[in-house]
Amino acid sequence: MANATAINAGMPVTRRRMTMKKFVRRKSTIAFVMALPLILLIALLVVYPALFSMYLATLNKSMEHFVGFGNFEFLFKRDTFWMVVKQSCIFAISAVFFKALIGFFVAHFVHAIPAKGQRKWRGMLLVPWVIPPAMSTLGWFWLFDPTYSAFNWIFVRIGIDPVNWLGDPMWARFSVILVNIWYGAPFFLIMYLAALKSVPEQLFEAASIDGANWWQKIWYITLPMMRNIISITVLFSLIVTFANFDIVRILTNGGPVDQTHVFATWAFNLGIQSSDIPLGASVSLFMLPILAIAAIFILRGVNQRGNEA
Amino acid sequence: MTTATATTGQTRPVRQASMQRNRRWALVWSYVFLVLFAVFFLMPPIYMFITSLKSSGEVSAITNPWWVYHPTLENYAALLGSSTFMTFFRNSAVVALIVVVVTMLISIPAAFALSRMKFWGSATLATGVFLTYLVPDTLLFIPMFKIFAFVHEYTGIELINHWWALIIIYPTLTVPFATWILIAYFASIPKELDEAALIDGAGYLQMLTMIFIPVALPGIIAATIFAFTVAWSQFLYPLAFTTSADQLVLPVGIVTTLIKGDVYNWGQIMTGALLGAAPPLIIYAFLMDYYIAGLTAGATKG
Amino acid sequence: MAQVTLHKLVKNYDDTPAVRGIDLTIADKEFVVLVGPSGCGKSTTLRMIAGLEEITGGDVMIGSEVVNDVPPKDRDIAMVFQNYALYPHMTVYENMSFGLRLKKVAKDEIARRVENAARILDISELLQRKPKQLSGGQRQRVAMGRAIVRDPKVFLFDEPLSNLDAKLRVQMRTEIKRVHQKVRTTTVYVTHDQIEAMTLADRVVVMNGGLIEQVGTPNALYHFPATKFVAGFIGSPAMNFVPCAIEEAAGALRVRINSDIVFPVPQDRTQRYRAHIGKARLLFGLRPEHIVEQRSHMEPNQHAFEVELEVTEPMGMETMVFFLLEGTELCGRVNPNAGAQSGKRMKLVADLGNMHLIDDASGQVL
Repeated sequence: MANATAINAGMPVTRRRMTMKKFVRRKSTIAFVMALPLILLIALLVVYPALFSMYLATLNKSMEHFVGFGNFEFLFKRDTFWMVVKQSCIFAISAVFFKALIGFFVAHFVHAIPAKGQRKWRGMLLVPWVIPPAMSTLGWFWLFDPTYSAFNWIFVRIGIDPVNWLGDPMWARFSVILVNIWYGAPFFLIMYLAALKSVPEQLFEAASIDGANWWQKIWYITLPMMRNIISITVLFSLIVTFANFDIVRILTNGGPVDQTHVFATWAFNLGIQSSDIPLGASVSLFMLPILAIAAIFILRGVNQRGNEA
Repeated sequence: MTTATATTGQTRPVRQASMQRNRRWALVWSYVFLVLFAVFFLMPPIYMFITSLKSSGEVSAITNPWWVYHPTLENYAALLGSSTFMTFFRNSAVVALIVVVVTMLISIPAAFALSRMKFWGSATLATGVFLTYLVPDTLLFIPMFKIFAFVHEYTGIELINHWWALIIIYPTLTVPFATWILIAYFASIPKELDEAALIDGAGYLQMLTMIFIPVALPGIIAATIFAFTVAWSQFLYPLAFTTSADQLVLPVGIVTTLIKGDVYNWGQIMTGALLGAAPPLIIYAFLMDYYIAGLTAGATKG
Repeated sequence: MAQVTLHKLVKNYDDTPAVRGIDLTIADKEFVVLVGPSGCGKSTTLRMIAGLEEITGGDVMIGSEVVNDVPPKDRDIAMVFQNYALYPHMTVYENMSFGLRLKKVAKDEIARRVENAARILDISELLQRKPKQLSGGQRQRVAMGRAIVRDPKVFLFDEPLSNLDAKLRVQMRTEIKRVHQKVRTTTVYVTHDQIEAMTLADRVVVMNGGLIEQVGTPNALYHFPATKFVAGFIGSPAMNFVPCAIEEAAGALRVRINSDIVFPVPQDRTQRYRAHIGKARLLFGLRPEHIVEQRSHMEPNQHAFEVELEVTEPMGMETMVFFLLEGTELCGRVNPNAGAQSGKRMKLVADLGNMHLIDDASGQVL
């Protein structure tokens, strides 16, 4: 072939070599440098403390001796610990369940009204999520105040006994869960509304023709189509709710008699307020297995979506 | 349905009317529920606002808590004039703004690298970013406390009880999700744009600044809003790491100092809480679409 | 000298070969079209020339320089993408001048070049608009303008007309040809549409499965295809293929289709086909345009036969007729007034001077 002989015939052919300058300009080097701050952040401020936390959990209170699993044994024997476990789980599961449920249904209502109004309503309904939780919890604290509770004021006027929102163990747990639902449901609303809009309208029209009523449409079309986003948001919220601090701390600080403590608040009291850092670290670490399991499920869900899409 | 034999045209309007009636019922029910939930969701902030307009006299008078009889701005005046409160506000603002800048400086290049340039370990890193977002602050605050103490021992740099320590730790909360949002936005820019820019002679940095950032601006705004809101609302870390009044940020300041002993000045507390909620709310009011876009981009774009 | 040379060019994605060894020389100022079905490796080849894909093996030379390791911006090329790839946040003027601005070219020089290109492409009034305000055809022109402004050694086009509707495609095809005549630059153009290839190219490169099947002028490919693939790919509607056998009768060669239909082999091919008498797996190839209605006067090498028509498609200018022979559906193009009707038998005439004999086992045209 003509060109092959041209090369061999010694026509001036110039090649370029790989030099140091070229290495620096290489795509992968630049990319790595750009991602470096992120990598450092994660390594130094997330991974390292997490591992350090495991080390801390094995020390004694003054952090001078190694006690192995001593802290954990101590915790297992304490009733409070098991109460905290139980409360954290109930708290997370019930709150997430209702948040998802409310979010799901309200999303349908928003979706059902004419498009122009949707933006307004959506804007109003998202407000709880925008307000810093510490601030809005203060508001609820005020609403639940034993002497001045605005709710009790209404109750008394319509003949119901006033409720000891934060002092009675059962009601305290209810209040904490209620505030969490109030704060978190709008997030679900927004997510599900977006997902709902991505379900093709024609599926519902075809179902109408096939004779489905509103309940059947939800069961056979909406839920399966939204299955992935539902599982991701639920798992996500389980993690976040499980580790929640602000609401319990401000409303009850774990009381009455530790009946509303969750992992985060109890760890804070033990570790920072009572200055027993290793013990506090041990409590925090108990969240890890649950978080890890949830994280695995979420990753699977996200990857599945990537493949489906 | 009367005479079916009469003009066939007559049977049609009846059917349509019943469909319309169904639709109207659905609308009515929707609005009913929407109003109910709107009341539920908006009631606490509104109540907070009502209380903020009450003098402490009116608060303790146990009159109708849902109405203000003698509205007054004395609470607002007191707080806005109090140097302690304004210190809280200033600390919060400074911390939040610096954190936003730091977050963007870390996240934008990282998101660009992860979404566009495949390098060794980029997939692992992307998953790692996501996992980091799942690690809650409640897990890290205790070891961080000890780490800060160490740093003080070895280098003399005071980190505990100083607001600038928060600038170091807040990015762990903001950067992962911001990076996630930005990766989603960058990924939606067509690949041919990169190639056209490459042929036009752009280096990677130029591609990022002259093309990606302008085109992905909505995503950048959404990530900025998110970072600001998270930094502003933080409660656990400042509660753990700052104690003296001049170092506190707003959420902690209001909760700890306004509740002095047994005397709760509810009017002021509610005012403080509302003022603390104001910046995110104002941003939300003006940039609601970006706010929501950031949320959904992170999740639905996977 | 803007000659482009590909020497044993190979591209593998992990273990999958996409391009399996391409040798091609494109002369200066030549318009070459790479054409072939999806997955044949034409886009990959183009992108290797551009520097957007890593080269697994072989060399790409632009001019006399081997450019394998040269980044795209230094290869002195310009590319027009299928999706236009216009920067959405920049005006047309800024889009076209982006590359020059990066090179820090003087402002008045930029203005001169952009306005010149805009004039050639007739988009001068659009310079201050943003891409989203433009139609598909206008966007494609801007993309071409961006390429012209760079004044490169080689233009690369990656299926630029695939996103346009049929009518617009025809218009833009003519535009591209007109521009090439004005701005005489070496061009490599990739498409899957063989009509585009035939109308635009100085030479056509037919690719299949990562290899070049044949290179030649449009006419050469049409009249003298070298393989069954090229014969069936070029020309629309595609060439008819029917299994056949070569037999000898009274010193002359004949092509037998079935018990009823036998065609005489043209004189000039008797020598060539003699070697294949009795061979198995032979295909008879004839384009639809060479199967016509019976006319008053028969040309030499034309032979009549009669078949029952399955389907007729009136196209206005002609009528396409479809009929079955030995289980294969064949197509002919007859005069619309010839009385073709589906279900009826019709006398058709085959122009055997244009026939092709193909060895189905090797795919070669004999």
